Amino acid sequence: MIFDIANETMPREQLEAVQLRRLKDLCGRVYANVPFYKNKFDERGVSPADVRSLSDLTLLPFTEKQDLRNHYPFGLFAVPRDNVVRIHASSGTTGKSTVVGYTRRDIKNWAELMARSFTAAGAGPKDVIHVAYGYGLFTGGLGAHYGGERLGATVVPMSGGATRRQVMLLRDFGATVLCCTPSYSLYLYEAALESGIDFNDLPLRVGVFGAEPWTDEMRRDIEQKMGIKAIDIYGLSEIMGPGVGIECIQTQSGPHLMEDHFLAEIIDPASGEPLPPGATGELVITTLTKEAQPLIRYRTRDITSLDTTPCKCGRTFARMKRVTGRSDDMLIIRGVNVFPSQIESILLETDGLTPHYQLVVSREGSLDNLDVMVEVDEKIFSDEVKVMQRIEGKIQKNIKEFLGVTAKVKLVEPRGIQRSEGKAQRIVDKRGK
Amino acid sequence: MKVEQISVFLENRAGRLSEVTRILAEAGINIRALSLADTSDFGILRLIVSDLEKAKSALKDNGFTVGRTNVVAVEVPDRPGGLHEILEMLSKRGVNVEYMYAFVTQSQQSAIIIFRFDRTDQAIEALQEGKIPIIPGEKLYNM
Repeated sequence: MIFDIANETMPREQLEAVQLRRLKDLCGRVYANVPFYKNKFDERGVSPADVRSLSDLTLLPFTEKQDLRNHYPFGLFAVPRDNVVRIHASSGTTGKSTVVGYTRRDIKNWAELMARSFTAAGAGPKDVIHVAYGYGLFTGGLGAHYGGERLGATVVPMSGGATRRQVMLLRDFGATVLCCTPSYSLYLYEAALESGIDFNDLPLRVGVFGAEPWTDEMRRDIEQKMGIKAIDIYGLSEIMGPGVGIECIQTQSGPHLMEDHFLAEIIDPASGEPLPPGATGELVITTLTKEAQPLIRYRTRDITSLDTTPCKCGRTFARMKRVTGRSDDMLIIRGVNVFPSQIESILLETDGLTPHYQLVVSREGSLDNLDVMVEVDEKIFSDEVKVMQRIEGKIQKNIKEFLGVTAKVKLVEPRGIQRSEGKAQRIVDKRGK
Repeated sequence: MKVEQISVFLENRAGRLSEVTRILAEAGINIRALSLADTSDFGILRLIVSDLEKAKSALKDNGFTVGRTNVVAVEVPDRPGGLHEILEMLSKRGVNVEYMYAFVTQSQQSAIIIFRFDRTDQAIEALQEGKIPIIPGEKLYNM
């Protein structure tokens, strides 16, 4: 099913015409209302009138996360504060939090895009959607919530945490759709098994998972264990929140970007130059319709590629390849680039390991050390030391072989790795920056 | 003839072992025999207890990873060469000992050794043919 056939299946030439019209309007709005953008345009000697085709996008300046921080809290608003009906903000663990504002129409569009997303994931008005994304300043909970209501589904605003109760309500309310981070879904699944509830016996059939990078191996693991379809949803709070892109259940071949609202480019993250179609690089998004806080060429730091070939589901929107890492998450260990998702793939391919792991990086003198902490569950546990050491050795060997970096593998007790109820903390970097 | 042993995965840091003994004590479980194998990062605690099921669920409820394995308890005569004769008999049959640990009880004159073999059934066969007394699980749990 397609929620908004007219827009989601528009021929690409028509889509590009819509994008251009909206881009021109956007440039006019930010130039007139956001001093930050006026200065940036002026510095580059560009005026909104210079944007005559979509390829003129490259004339425009980038926006970085740091720009949002520098204009904390409301410095990038393009409308008076009274027109802003809601504020979301990031947790700010790595600096000042980034603030995002929404007008009434922004909120309406967001709900619309989330309703499209649920529909693409195979959900409809008859579904019970259990939202285990955090509610509050984080965009996950409320974003999914309003989308579910817009769709006409029954929404359970569970939020994160209270795992035991969560599992009980998941069963009692007969949830058919689960929304949370992929790592939290596995945590819920395990907690459910411990209280004697098997997801396979519940009506649950779809998981709409996002807010952290995950791999195809993890998807297979989730689908197999829980007997559901796991759908990748893409979003980031600076742009809107969840619903910037969604996979269709027909192909599960990477999120379709909502291109009538977001203009996407792929650039070389080092040079900033645009890359040819189909190339892998950093995703850059321009918000075409946002009123409160529109962003021009926002650098997402997500590494992906775009595929505009027709999709079986009928949507004409480009599909982005699964985000395997954020360039922010990339670790450089002794000169080697390592993404947590690569370690995750190796663990899942090494017989039956749970995807619960953590990378701890430290520095001894001038040498980086990478410790990979892996939780021991009953499947791999043995009473014999040599069997356990063989597993350690195998992971170590695979990491060395596939990534070319020497890691020390440490087996830890289950729950030895702190699980946040939202995003899994995969990296602890103890090196001083 | 087999004895069921539980094993527990422990991180090598202060307080983990005492956490296990606390949980077992609170559950009213008696430890008959134990051994701890350790490496620099982790340890594997093996236990013979008075109530295996209860011990296993108490430990699991507290988040430990618990396994169960079949081992063999053998009464070894308390004289020079007592253990040697048994090991020789087993090695002739090609049975390998993965690990073993011994304990003594007040009521028994001889030592009891818990063996983890690579091939448990063949080991039991060999021991029985050699008339070596094997202590069945039920007897050991309630000793």
